[in-house]
Amino acid sequence: MPQIFHDLLFDYTVRTVALGAGVLGLVSGALGSFAVLRRQSLLGDAISHAALPGIVIAFMLTGSKAPVVLVLGAAIAGWLGTLLVMTIVARTRLPEDSALGIVLSVFFGFGLVLLTFVQQQPDAAQAGLDRFLFGQAATLLASDVVVLVALGGIALAAVFVFWKEFKLLSFDREFGVSLGYRMHVVDILLTSFLVLAIVIGLQTVGVVLMSAMVVAPAVAARQWTDSLRTMVIGAALFGASAGVTGSVASAITPDLPAGPSVVLAASALVLLSMTLAPRRGLVWGWIRHRRNRGRIVDGATVADA
Amino acid sequence: MSRTPAIEVNDLTVAYREQPVLWDVDLEVPQGVLMAIVGPNGAGKTTLIKAILGLVKPVAGRVLVHGRPYTEQRRLVAYVPQRGTVDWDFPTSVLDVVTMGTYGRLGWLRRVGRAERDAALDALDKVGMRELAHRQISQLSGGQQQRVFLARALVQDARVYLMDEPFQGVDAKTERAIVDVLQDLRERGNTVVAVHHALQTVPEYFDHVLLLNVRRIAAGPVSEVFTQENLRATYGGRVPYLTDGNGSDRLVANVG
Repeated sequence: MPQIFHDLLFDYTVRTVALGAGVLGLVSGALGSFAVLRRQSLLGDAISHAALPGIVIAFMLTGSKAPVVLVLGAAIAGWLGTLLVMTIVARTRLPEDSALGIVLSVFFGFGLVLLTFVQQQPDAAQAGLDRFLFGQAATLLASDVVVLVALGGIALAAVFVFWKEFKLLSFDREFGVSLGYRMHVVDILLTSFLVLAIVIGLQTVGVVLMSAMVVAPAVAARQWTDSLRTMVIGAALFGASAGVTGSVASAITPDLPAGPSVVLAASALVLLSMTLAPRRGLVWGWIRHRRNRGRIVDGATVADA
Repeated sequence: MSRTPAIEVNDLTVAYREQPVLWDVDLEVPQGVLMAIVGPNGAGKTTLIKAILGLVKPVAGRVLVHGRPYTEQRRLVAYVPQRGTVDWDFPTSVLDVVTMGTYGRLGWLRRVGRAERDAALDALDKVGMRELAHRQISQLSGGQQQRVFLARALVQDARVYLMDEPFQGVDAKTERAIVDVLQDLRERGNTVVAVHHALQTVPEYFDHVLLLNVRRIAAGPVSEVFTQENLRATYGGRVPYLTDGNGSDRLVANVG
């Protein structure tokens, strides 16, 4: 075990991977809190799947696999997918979950077609694009991490700057409109930063499982607190620790993909939180139930006597 | 009192898809009155309030607040939505929700400070909930939730208060407390318009009333328009409570 801590401090690859995954967990946890509170857990799934064609198209247009280029392509496609969902909900009678389902599968299907096409090309430059499906931490370079940290920093700064507006949107959108806020602008802002939070995780976690990093840390943090600020900070820390644990495990274990291990780490946090958290946790609920029953039985005994 | 009306609605028509919800409604609410909006389910009461606030787009019509379009007069208007429109399990405190009433004058990016929190505490005082300021909102009773929303509107420090069912699901003691707050608002020259369900308390709580069923049936002082005839026109044959029909506000419990 100490070998891991040694690697974490001194091994270049492990350190880079841990830093990258930590940042992605931090950002997706913070932004994911708002998505979960707005009951938009599925939106993260749609955004991450919708990003795939953007990644492949960005590569086809530029021939480059630089993370800035691919992340930009992913962000544009993810953002277009989100706007499409919003438009479908506003203009048609389809409910939101159907709109999300349609956009998710159409974009993802298209992305898979493009990916297959690109992979059949003789040129070897495309090698490795498929790591965006399930993620691969070990491919992160220090230069990639610099980009991730910069983009993640922007998203976190936005949460701080627009704190009041994001809270108003999540709790009572109509009241915000009545106050004179252009809430659709707040909505587009928050969703755009959610897109940013998701795309910076795609290389490490992959499009298939990234939405878990939006939902799981937020759900885990919600169990422990009744304050929005504590929840957002807690979700960011949970996300970061899941990111570091999962990606380091992947980096030091051959053939263990990063996405699934990061998501498993986050799921473990959810499980722990839902079981053990005071007040909301299952164990606590069970103890309270037992105690109340005991009280009623005592009461009955007294009454009988 | 030849002042501009607090609210002036002209030829307002609102439709959801083809179905008209409000049809050609005219309404003048004088300043300084306490007006109830009554009507059966689906009469468009909530829609009227939302249309005045610009939350739903009318097909036709015009709304003026203190003589000018609503968008220029937002600071003059406070809003109490229906209690059921928000998630009461949201991780936030009573004080935090009430403080949202100050967001309008704060505007984008400016942060909540001591002045806003003090204003929110004062408003909580007025609804008798100061000691619950730091309680999580999921631990409130229905009546307490309603008073939180009322306090959030009070902190807006407006001239016109639009309320959607402020008495919905509250106990008798809370109802009394809310009525006191509304009457206090009126005494200080403000205007209150509230969607109201219990016909029997209209004459006791309010001085003006709008009877609405998609169209405006009647509007004016309770003593003049809250009549058996108008109620029958509003509710069809099924009126739970009727006045005795001679213009007085004495009530007879006359079912059917």
